[in-house]
Formats: sequence, C-alpha cells, structure tokens
Amino acid sequence: MENNTKRYWRGIEELTNNAEFVKYAHREFGDAPTANEKGEALIDGTNTVRRDFLKVLGFGVSAVALAACEAPVKKAIPYLNKPEDVEPTIANWYASTFVDGGDYASVLVKTREGRPIKIEGNKASSVSKGALSARVQASVLSLYDNEKLKGALISGKASDWATADKEIIAELGKVAARGGQIRIVSNTILSPTTKKVIGEFIAKYPTAKLVTYDANSVSGLVQANGGILPSFDFSKAKTIVSIGADFLGTWIAPSEFAGQWAKTRRVSSAEGGNKEMSRHYQFETIMSNTGANADYRSTYKPSQEGLVVAALYNAIASKVGGANIGGAAVKVDHLDKAAADLVATKGASLVVSGSNDPAVQTVVVAINALLGAYGTTIDAGNPVNYRQGSDAEMTAFINEAKAGQIGAVVFYNANPVYNHPRGAELAEALPKIGLTISTNDRTDETGSLCKYSTPDSHYLESWNDAEPKRGHFSFTQPTISTIFKTRQAQSSFLTWAGLNGDYATYLENAWTSVLGGKVAWSKTLHDGVYEPGAGASFNVPQTGLADSVASISKNYKANSDKMELAIYEKVTMGTGSQANNPWLQECPEPVSKACWGNYAMVSLATAKKLGLDQEIELDTHEVEVSVNGKSVKLPFIVQPGQANDTVAIAIGYGRTKAGKSANEVGANIYPFASVINGNIAFSNTGDVQVKATGKSAQIARTQTHNTVMAREAVVQETVLSAYKKNVEAGRFKPTVSTAEGKKTATDISLWNGHKYNNHAWGMVIDLNTCTGCSACVVSCNAENNIAVVGRQEVINRREMHWMRIDRYYSSDADVEDVKGLEYASENPEVVFQPMLCQHCNNAPCETVCPVLATTHSTEGLNQMTYNRCIGTRYCANNCPYKVRRFNWFRYYQTDEYDFQFNNDLGRMVINPDVTVRSRGVMEKCSMCVQRIQAGKLEAKKEKRRPKDGEIQVACAQSCPTNAITFGDMNDETSEISKLLEVEHKGRAFGVIEEINVKPNISYLVKIRNKEEKVKKEEAAVEHKEHA
Amino acid sequence: MITMKRLKVVALMAVLGFFASVVSVKAQDPAEGEQIFKNNCTSCHAATDEVVIGPGLKGISQRRPIDWLVKWVHNPQAVIASGDKYAVDLFNKYNKTQMTAFPNLSEGQIKSVVAYIDAQAAAPVPTAGAVTAAGAAPAEGSANGGMMQYIMIALLLIMVLVLVALLSIVSSLSKLASVSPDSPEAQNVPLLKRLAENGKKLAANSAFKTGAALLITLLIGKATIDAAYGVGIHQGYAPEQPIQFSHKLHAGQYQINCNYCHTGVYKGKGANIPSANICMNCHNAIKRESPEIQKIYRSLEKDEPIQWVRVHNLPDLAYFNHSQHTNVGGLECTNCHGEIAKMEVVQQRSTLTMGWCIDCHRKTDVNTKGNAYYDKLVELHSKDHKEPLKVQNIGGLECSKCHY
Repeated sequence: MENNTKRYWRGIEELTNNAEFVKYAHREFGDAPTANEKGEALIDGTNTVRRDFLKVLGFGVSAVALAACEAPVKKAIPYLNKPEDVEPTIANWYASTFVDGGDYASVLVKTREGRPIKIEGNKASSVSKGALSARVQASVLSLYDNEKLKGALISGKASDWATADKEIIAELGKVAARGGQIRIVSNTILSPTTKKVIGEFIAKYPTAKLVTYDANSVSGLVQANGGILPSFDFSKAKTIVSIGADFLGTWIAPSEFAGQWAKTRRVSSAEGGNKEMSRHYQFETIMSNTGANADYRSTYKPSQEGLVVAALYNAIASKVGGANIGGAAVKVDHLDKAAADLVATKGASLVVSGSNDPAVQTVVVAINALLGAYGTTIDAGNPVNYRQGSDAEMTAFINEAKAGQIGAVVFYNANPVYNHPRGAELAEALPKIGLTISTNDRTDETGSLCKYSTPDSHYLESWNDAEPKRGHFSFTQPTISTIFKTRQAQSSFLTWAGLNGDYATYLENAWTSVLGGKVAWSKTLHDGVYEPGAGASFNVPQTGLADSVASISKNYKANSDKMELAIYEKVTMGTGSQANNPWLQECPEPVSKACWGNYAMVSLATAKKLGLDQEIELDTHEVEVSVNGKSVKLPFIVQPGQANDTVAIAIGYGRTKAGKSANEVGANIYPFASVINGNIAFSNTGDVQVKATGKSAQIARTQTHNTVMAREAVVQETVLSAYKKNVEAGRFKPTVSTAEGKKTATDISLWNGHKYNNHAWGMVIDLNTCTGCSACVVSCNAENNIAVVGRQEVINRREMHWMRIDRYYSSDADVEDVKGLEYASENPEVVFQPMLCQHCNNAPCETVCPVLATTHSTEGLNQMTYNRCIGTRYCANNCPYKVRRFNWFRYYQTDEYDFQFNNDLGRMVINPDVTVRSRGVMEKCSMCVQRIQAGKLEAKKEKRRPKDGEIQVACAQSCPTNAITFGDMNDETSEISKLLEVEHKGRAFGVIEEINVKPNISYLVKIRNKEEKVKKEEAAVEHKEHA
Repeated sequence: MITMKRLKVVALMAVLGFFASVVSVKAQDPAEGEQIFKNNCTSCHAATDEVVIGPGLKGISQRRPIDWLVKWVHNPQAVIASGDKYAVDLFNKYNKTQMTAFPNLSEGQIKSVVAYIDAQAAAPVPTAGAVTAAGAAPAEGSANGGMMQYIMIALLLIMVLVLVALLSIVSSLSKLASVSPDSPEAQNVPLLKRLAENGKKLAANSAFKTGAALLITLLIGKATIDAAYGVGIHQGYAPEQPIQFSHKLHAGQYQINCNYCHTGVYKGKGANIPSANICMNCHNAIKRESPEIQKIYRSLEKDEPIQWVRVHNLPDLAYFNHSQHTNVGGLECTNCHGEIAKMEVVQQRSTLTMGWCIDCHRKTDVNTKGNAYYDKLVELHSKDHKEPLKVQNIGGLECSKCHY
C-alpha cells in the first residue's frame, strides 16, 4: 500500500491559508445576502417578505380550499394532420452537422414533438467520431435565443424579404455597373456548396470577392504548411510537445484531439494490459486546459515564444546530427528532456505550436520533418479545412474600406467589428461603404452598423453540407422549421444573384448527381456523413528556415522583465460567437473555475510584485490593464502556473450587442492583439501596465465553495514507472483502529447493505483521460433542465450544476516549506475530477431526511423526490461530496433570473421527461434516471434484457475522451463490470473511502508519465517521522 | 408556442438502435394476423362478408391472389393507376373511396392477416360479445374514505351510548330528588312540560355540553378531512367536448380498436388524442353531413386544431408511461379508464391519486410470462417467496419510478 503524501489545494487562498479564506471556508454559502436583504418577495409582484409568512400561509390555505372547488380546464390539442414520422411523446433523432465558422461536429439531434432538445455526437463520422465540445452541446439553446432577429431589417426597421431583396439587388446592380468593389466578409466556410453559391454570386457581380478571416486565426500555421492545415493525429504519438497550443481545450479541433490524446493515455491494470502512455510536454504562458493535463509543463513569456521553438529545433538537431539554426539561447525547463524524448520516439513524435507567426510555424514544420512526423502523426495528404482565414486578406479589406474603395459589403455571419483587432477602425470605415448587408443572426456589433440585416437561420433550421476534412463530408438537415422569419444566407446569395433562392433543392441537386440518385441522397442525409476519402501525396514544405530564424531573432527576446499581455481563448466561451448562451456563460472555465466574465490573470509572484494582496473569493481587486494607450478595467485573479510578469485575459467577452446574457459581461480584449509578420499575434509585448484602480470587484468562481476538510483521499495519483511496478501504486487505503486492531475502512460498516436483484447502476471515471473540458457539464444542463442562476447567484455559491469538474492543484512541498510552496504555486500539477452525486450505498443524505424525500432504489440509485422535499437542506449538509444543490428561488418564473426558463421560446429546450424544479427543493444528479427508465422500457417491450451501452447517461455519452463508463454492474458482460473486475485490484477507488459511504461511482487513479521523485518522498517521510 | 404542425422537413429518421421496432418475420400466423387486423383494418373492413366502408373480407384468399393483395395493401393507388381492372372496378363500386395504404406491413404480416380471415371463415366465432373487461384490480378509490367512514360510525355509536348512559343517570338522579317531600306534584306535571324541563336540565348539564361539542367537532373534522382528501381528485369528471364524439358508438358498437385512434398507447408515454386526419380515414366517406363531422372539416379548412378538453390530468411531477402498462404490463385500457365502450361522454373513472397507483402496484402480478427481461428476477423471487412476483417486488413503490 502506498499512501499519498502530496498536498492538494484548490486555490492560492487555500494554499496560503489566508485569513479571509479560513473565515469563509466552512460556510457553504459564504456571506451572501439573504433573500430579504435583496428584497425578494415571497409572492412575485408583492412586498411580502419572510416575516409575513404566516399571513401568506393563512391566505394560501383558504385560497387552496377555494381553488379546489373547481379544477382548471386543460386543453389537449392534437395535430390536425399528424406528420407520419412524429409520434407525440416519442423522440425522433436526425443526423445533422454543427458548424460555427470553422468549428465543426457531426451531430445527432434529439427532437420531441418537433423541437430539438439535445445534441449528441454522430459516431458515424470518422472525423469528429461523436466527440462534442461544451459549445456544441450548448448550441441547441442558441436556437431558442429570443434576441435573434425576427425578420429582415432595413436601416434598423422591420421589413419584408421581398422589399429587402428588391432594394439590395438594385443597389448591387448599381455598384456593379459603376465597377465598384463588392466584398463578402466571412469566417471559414466549411461547406463546398455554399462556396459554389458564393461563386454564383461572384459570377453575377464580377467585382465581388470573398474575404475570409477567423477570430482565432491560425493563418500563420497554414502559411507555413504551404497553404493547407494538415491533419494531426495525436493517437499515433508517443511524445507530444506543445508550445502554446491548447489542443485539448481550444486549438483548432480540441474535441477531436482530446479523443486521440486520450487513446494514448488509457492504461489497464489487467495482467498484460496496456501500461504504456504517451509523454506530453507543454510549454506555455498561461495555465491552459492542455497544460493542466501535461506530464511536464514549463512556462515562457510571449516575447520568448519564437526562441523557445528555435531552441527546441537546435536541441533536436544536435541529437540527430542536424545543423544549429541559431537564435538566442533561452532558459526554459524540460526543453532538453523534451528534445531527448522526441528523438527517442522518432516517427511517433509530434510538435505543435499555437503561434500565429509563420516564421515560428516554419521552424515547427522543420522540427516535425526532422522527427519524421509527416506521414505518421501528421497527415498532410488529408488536410482539414477548419481554418481558412487569411489575416492578410482581412487587413487588406480593412485598409480598402478605410480608403473608401469598397462599394458594397456583405458580412456573412461575421462580426469583425467585435472580434477583429482592428474592429474599431472598420466600424469607423463602414459608413463610407454605400451598401452594407449583414446576415448575422442578430444586430450585433457589426450588424447594427449595416443598412440591411438579412438574418441567416440557425444551423438546426438549415440545409447545408460541410467538408471538415478533404474527402469527408457531413450534412446538415433542418430539425425544425424556421422559428422566426429568417432565411438561409445561401438562399439570399442565390436570390441576389438572380437565381432561384431554393437552397434545399440546390443542395439536393448538387449531391444527387454526385451520389447517384435521390435514394442515395436520402440515405446520406440519414447517416449524416459521406466519406469517399481522397488521400493525396504531400511534400513537406521547404520554406526558408534561415529567413524564419532571422525573423524570430528580430521579433523575440530571450529575456525580458517587462510586463507582457497574453490573450487566450476560454474552453467554454471560445471566440464569443455564442456569448448570449447562458449555459456557456455559467459553465466554469476548467482551470480558473470562473464563469460569467473575463478577468486579468497573473502569477502569485507577479501579484506580489504589483503590490496586490491576496484575493479572496467574494471580493478581489479591480485592475486597469493598459496596452499602448488602450485600457480595460477587469477583476483580478492569481492564477498558479502562469508565467511571471505576464497578464492574461480571455477573448469572447465584452460583447455590447449580443443580448442580455452577454452584454457588458467582461471586457473585449481583441483590440489588444498585436501583429507579427502580418498575422494577428494573440499577445502584446508593447507597453503593458497593470494597476489597481483601488476599487474592489467580484468574480463568479465555483471553486473554493466547498473545502476538502483535510481529507486525504479525494484525488489519488501516481507516476507511470511506479504503476508499472505495482498496479495499486498511488492508492490510498485508509485504515481505522478498532478493538481488534487496524482494519481497512471499507470493511467496517453499521449498515446491512442493499441487495440488487435487477440492475446495479454504476459509473467509473478515469482521472487519467478526463481533460476537464466540461462538455459533460453542459450536456447535463441540457438533459436535466438545470436552471441558470446568473452571475450574482454563482458568487453567492448557489449554482445549480449537478455535474461539476473539481480542479485540484498539487505539490509535493510541505505546509511549512515556504520556498517549496512558492515554487508549487508557480507551476503546480493539476488534477481534474468530475464530481456528481456518488449514489452511495450507505448514503449519509438518506438517513437525515426527515420526510424520506431522498431514498435508495433497488437498482442502486439515490433517488431525490422533489414533490416530497420540504427543503430542510439536512441532506446537503450531510453530503460529504457537496453535490446537492438547493433551489433558493423559482428560477423559471422570476424576472431576476431572466435566462432560458423565463420566456416561452427558451422553454422549448426543456426536456419533457424531467421535472422543472420549483423553489425550496433540493436537487442533484439522478444518474439520468429518465434515460435508465426509457432504456429498460424499450428492453421490456422487446422482451429482452437491456444491452450494455444502449442505456447511456448524458455525461458518459458526451465525454469526448470516454473517460466516463456507465453501466449495469450486475451484468457480468458489461464494460463497467469487466473494467471494475480488473481495476478493483488496481486503480479503482472511491472518493473519501475512509468514511465508507460505498459510492456506486469509482474513480481510477491518475497516472503521470513522469520520472519518479523517489528522493523527495523519502525525505518527506523521514521529515514527518522526526517531527 | 410554435407547434410543429408545419414541420415540413421529414427526411429519413435517424433511428437509434433502441428505437428500432422489431418486425416479426414469421409468416402466416393467424394470432399475429388478428392483432394486425384489429389494429389496422376493422375500422373499414369486417372479416365476414358484411360491408363496413370497404368490402367484407370473407373469402378474400379465394377472390384474389396473394401477390395482388400485397401490392394492393402496400399501395392501392398505384394498383388502380396501373389500370388493373379488378382494382378499378372495386374503386368505382365503393364510391371512389381510396383505401389507406399500409406500406409498413410486411408480406408475411399481410399473409398472416389473410390467414386470420380464413380461420375466421372456417370456424365462425360466436358473435362478438361486449368487450370483456379483464383486469387485475377493479378501479377502487374509496379505500381511504371507507376506512374513515367505519371509524366515524364507531365513534358515533360510542357517543350515542355515552349520551344514553348520561341521560339515564340524569333521569335516575332526578327521580331520586323527586322522591323527597313534595313528590306527588311532580307526578302531575304534564309530559310535554316534563320533557321541556328535562331538556333544559340536559342543556345545562356540562357533561352533555362537552359531549355535544365533541360530536360536532368530530363531524366537522370528518367533513374537513374528507374534503381535503378530495382536493385535486376529479373522479367522475366528464367535461363537455367541442365535438360530441361517442366512444359508445366507436369503441362499443363498431369495436374499433383503441389503438387505431390512440396511436401511441402501445408505443409511447402518451396514448395521444387522434389527429383530425385519423378521423378523416373513415369520415371522408361516412356521415359527412353530420354537423359534428362538419366541425372537423371546418377546423381542417381553417387550419385550426380541435381543442379537446383533457379528462385525465396527472400532475407534472408524476411520470406515467402508457406503453409500460399496456404493452409490457398487458393491462387492458378499461383497467384504469373504466368501461369506455359504454360511455357516451368520457369521464374519469379512477381517482388517479398516488394511493390508487400504489395500491395497484402492491396487488398486481408482473406480466412476466414470455418476457426474458424478468426471467432472472422471477427465479430469484421464487427462491424466497411463494407468491407470484408483484410490481412492488421489483421496485414498483420506489419514488424514482414515477418522480424524476
């Protein structure tokens, strides 16, 4: 048995045990204002407060007595003409494709009574393989966004499509007649047929040109790879080195990459089972989601990035006998070790960089060429199309617009005024353009400056195709008729080109000829994908390495003690295109655990240097970050693991015209990006100043709400070499002293236990493959009608999420070891632990409920019965995992919580099989009991037992890395039974085993592919013994 | 709300594996044929030679070859369009009424239906009687009320006894008092006056007052409890419907299978109120002039759905699935809905209280026969119990079976 001597902490405040933290640590809800202070009335629209409870009660009783005399008449309204395929109360599934700019996923859409209510991955796609990110999961709610445009607008006034079309065609004709330039500004277009449509438009108006840009541009990478974006295959890599690429969180296609990465991280404790893992090095400025999952991680400042890549090249070259390309030496930990591993696994190595500088990417290409990555871990013959934007084209367009050389512009679902660094310049230039048209779904920052708004439909209302990867097609079919009077942009382009605007037919005609008939087309739509494949040979680009190094030497510095700005993308919010989606706003970023806004992050050392005292959760400093004269005011966070002398701020916030959930949340940081070699660099090494404004600010953070109470066995981990020797390495097995001597805690119980004759539902969560991406959190929100509570209520520690991702920092340093602790916070190790109701067999919540509202089922579920709950909250107090959430307010009918539950349109996303909880009741993970019941019923109807895998809970279903395994532990043939049979003797553990609540959810020990730190641990043990 | 009536997009359904329906492949199974016939055909055809809307089907296997029948059932319009003489004559004979196509029926299933019709002809069954009301537990909602009544009667009896005892004590005491000196006058007092005086005395008696107050309190208490138990129970609720549809006629006299109109009853959570196009399957030929039928035509013309009044209202917090009870549990509709076939206007026959649900889950045997889902459960259960497996033995009383 090997007990863990590591120290875990969830935030700086806990690590340093600061006084404010201690004060709040044991309070579940902090020092939050009560309902009365906020003046929330007991009855909406009255001033009745809590003290008037009895009066209200008295009135209530008599009201009930009166109301009971007559029941309200409810209507049952059937279809007039029922569509053949729609059976009320039975869900229909359609294959479709999510596309938002260059973000793509093949999806299955669950519809009930014709309303899409849930998005799941389409496993038939060999590209996305059924993996969805949190943003794709949340996209179904964006469909029901009440703040989208409800029809065409002319100069901000509602109009009809015919008038708008007539005027637009006339004006386009005039512009074309005088030879004026026409531009279509778009983000990446994945659809080949849409490009064909734009081609038709250009054929009609020959001065028209398509300008493509991406808010999170990788045009430097594309340039360095000879104009294509190669396919990366992390699953084939034994050594992965990422230099600033957050490929598990935000870089290009993170869900796909996470799936590939997880393949190389899955181990088995079975005899002869896989015990090899890839080794993952991460060099970066901020603590990214990917860095949090890396084996070795070190930091650099944005001004060093190019030189780090050059140094890595030189280190590798010296080992394989290549020439040194020069570049100033830069001191970064683990760089030589990384080079050695890359060379050792040559042919199965992969280096990726998040830089948008073509010079840097050219060196990366050269490194990968040296390592023989092309043809193995990089497939350049099957490039992907995710990012086609060209920063140069966009810059040229803005220059032309400023010079008044553009006659007409169409913004095709693009919002450069907000999400381009030069957006403000464009906004000024737009009035100079005679004809401005926007197809954006709302009058956003760009759309509001355009004369014509011709809103495009949501992807769930549209026909389309997509080619995410060469020769791999995925199709979009509508799952609902258009909610508002919107029209697909493709139809608009066709109409304006003087053609028939029926895009559905256009698309069908285009594909029936390729596929050979209507039947094949129908089948393809049913499957959602068509993948003829089209591999082509590819030559590694041989661009000037020497020029690149010269450019790097010019643009980067080995040492700089100046403050620098790093701009990053949040895993949950992305570029901000779905900013008005309350699910995404409330989903905490995996590492910082903050939601509802962005903030300025600095390291602990830098915070001290700036004279900013320790933050506490409910209150932090407001700082003013100014860069070359521009400034923003934001709350301030100490982020362990960030490079010193840097401040990091996320894009995607500070929208002004996106809607009530997004407007004025955070600040827009796009304008602070700089330009290197003609490409946007998401950093700024200019004159960066961070100053406290003297005001305090608040950040909605979900971490440090609940403390671990010094319990040791929450997360367990080990290193690979130790695991190879002993599959139980890292397991903490608590013992209890009894009269008969020491006993394992799990052997002692007051309870008789439960007998499960039928099913025994359980779950296994592999900490080794969980990346913290939070797709499960949003998926759970959608499946279980979880209320969004808003920024203030999150600050009050009242978020309702049933599934949360706990993030623990860890370090080997002792509590008294001041120096060690400081190092620890500089670059700590991170563990992500999805935490949900553990469905304990000896459930502490069940024994304390005075009204038996929470009970145990014969299938091992801990059941929560809302209609019986009277809201004593005893259960939440007695829950060791703090997974029970209380409905403080009536979130679905109170103006203060004006999110999706508060308008008829938003309510269409509600899953009709799950109750919407009312005020005053407790709720928690039900293990998707509605899905279990539905799956069982299906099996019973077919007179058989349920097949393993056909019943899936929402979180397990949505995990891009398959870290969550759900199933029937009574079924010996099920995946979970087989897994547990092996891992009960290996990695499986229950969280806080010493209290022996016997959870039905097991976790698997996290394993890092690191060298063993034997000496340190021994020293620590020795130290303790002396003490 | 945006209803999906205008959903024009019906591309192929992406059916998940577990939604796939199993189609029996056995050929010529009269039992299966009966099921299909009753679900799909009885609204227009009889198995005898009686004409309903379409021809009686007796002897159909002699009249037409099976290949023709399969083609016809799959797509009658196509057969007529192909100029098939028999088909065209048939079409004309029956007032050019188009038969509904059943493209989903397999050839085997159609053969089974024919086998069933032949079997009917060979051994004519005694004329179909009334719908046999097979059901495990009759609708019973008065369990609680009944118990209450007995207690109240017992209490009342005790009170009466106490009152009699008290009265006798009073009268004997007053007798004792009147035996004293001036007794003879007392004898002369008229009966009425004596009664009135006794009454006065009684009213002044504190024991009597207490007893009476107690009695009144108990009666009021009982009335209150009864009323409270009745809150939200609408047994017997029979609202007037926008169209005077008679279940007695359709389900009783014509014996149209429930499933024909309530299409979801074996498949889904809801049994579903039929859409107007289901009415039109028959009523485009039958009784078109009836003012009630005209209402359907009008709503179709105006594109306004018919707003039926919901009779059975379960609270939102309770999940009830029809298919679990009908398809899996094998319960008859009448079990909960009462003798629908005799109702001119549908009314709620059961209380639909949780007590009523639980009561049935306690009493009812699980329909385990031939269902492999239950095999292991039955085996485990029979080890410890002599009684058959009840719903409560497999978690039928647990909260999360209905509340989630």
